[in-house]
Amino acid sequence: MVSNEIGYNSKVEGEVIVTRADAVVNWIRKHSVWPMPMGLACCAIELMASAASRYDISRFGMEVMRFSPRQSDCMIVAGTVTYKMAEVVRRIYDQMGDPKWVVAMGACASTGGMYRSYAVMQGVDNVVPVDVYVSGCPPRPEALLDAMMKLQDKIGNESAIKNLSKKPENILAS
Amino acid sequence: MIDEDFVKSLLAGHDCIKVVHQDDCLTISCEPEYLPKICLHLRDEETFDLLVDLTAIDHGVEAEIRFSVVLHLYSLIHKSYLRIHANCLDNDCPLVPSVSSVFPAANWHERETFDMFGIKFSEHPNLKRILMWDDYPYFPLRKEFPLAGVEVPLPAADVSEVTGADVDPAPMMGGPFVSPGTGRMSNAEPRAKDESWSEDAEKPL
Repeated sequence: MVSNEIGYNSKVEGEVIVTRADAVVNWIRKHSVWPMPMGLACCAIELMASAASRYDISRFGMEVMRFSPRQSDCMIVAGTVTYKMAEVVRRIYDQMGDPKWVVAMGACASTGGMYRSYAVMQGVDNVVPVDVYVSGCPPRPEALLDAMMKLQDKIGNESAIKNLSKKPENILAS
Repeated sequence: MIDEDFVKSLLAGHDCIKVVHQDDCLTISCEPEYLPKICLHLRDEETFDLLVDLTAIDHGVEAEIRFSVVLHLYSLIHKSYLRIHANCLDNDCPLVPSVSSVFPAANWHERETFDMFGIKFSEHPNLKRILMWDDYPYFPLRKEFPLAGVEVPLPAADVSEVTGADVDPAPMMGGPFVSPGTGRMSNAEPRAKDESWSEDAEKPL
């Protein structure tokens, strides 16, 4: 058994569960990810498909898409990030409460994709820290679901207070 | 019908108009100052009442006349297009009177033309950049501007300070990237035309 899983043997321990705070907190967090759809281009269409009934992101406990950064903890950057929009992405990221994660969905958000041009930021990781990159142009909904499950694994393995210890100077005054 | 009679009557009424060619559709040219008057005439008298497109051409840094503003009009009665070239006389600060009072649709088209080519439209109600940010110092569709872009500060200074991000030239790596356009789809993916150079290996002379 992996050490951070919840161990419970009712014969030995009765009604008591012994575990680690990280395991409990992360278990709660990873099954209630509230994504913020930062839809900037065609990837947002696939993002919508992931949330709709056929692919159904709610099977994994992250169907609560919120359009307000204050109410969400995972920004899905779906689409082309232009230099003009990069500022907005960063500001919205800073408005999200800790803990928070970022998924770069598709080639454009990950690397600029096919837009090797003067107007497009070559990867949203220039302005926000990205946890999971998804390849594809655009990625199929399955790819996004896989990425979100990878993100769940990542949340499950990180220190529960890591995201809360961010230095204040890394946050924009807003 | 756009026939010889139509062209003759149009030229007879306006000696500022020259016919450029009639290959695909009637193409006329004029000096910029007459543009609103001609547009008004074409809209009200000749039923060319649909502004399909308004853009510009950069004929190159060395060209005698560097910038032309190009309008495409459509007539639902004639079922025909009409193209107008307005050749800017001043290559350094091209100025064209706005036609947004004649065709309201021209408003944003003129803003885009200003944004990309730096052509100013006099009497435009709101002439500011529409795609690039307001402080951007270049006009990206001019011939001398590189496709990859030029290093400038990020529009938001505080974001730049926190993240260290700048507006950098995009990596071209043998680009620009175009589809060969022939063969199977797997071979037609966009790719670099010339892979003998990249950012790390200089382009061979």
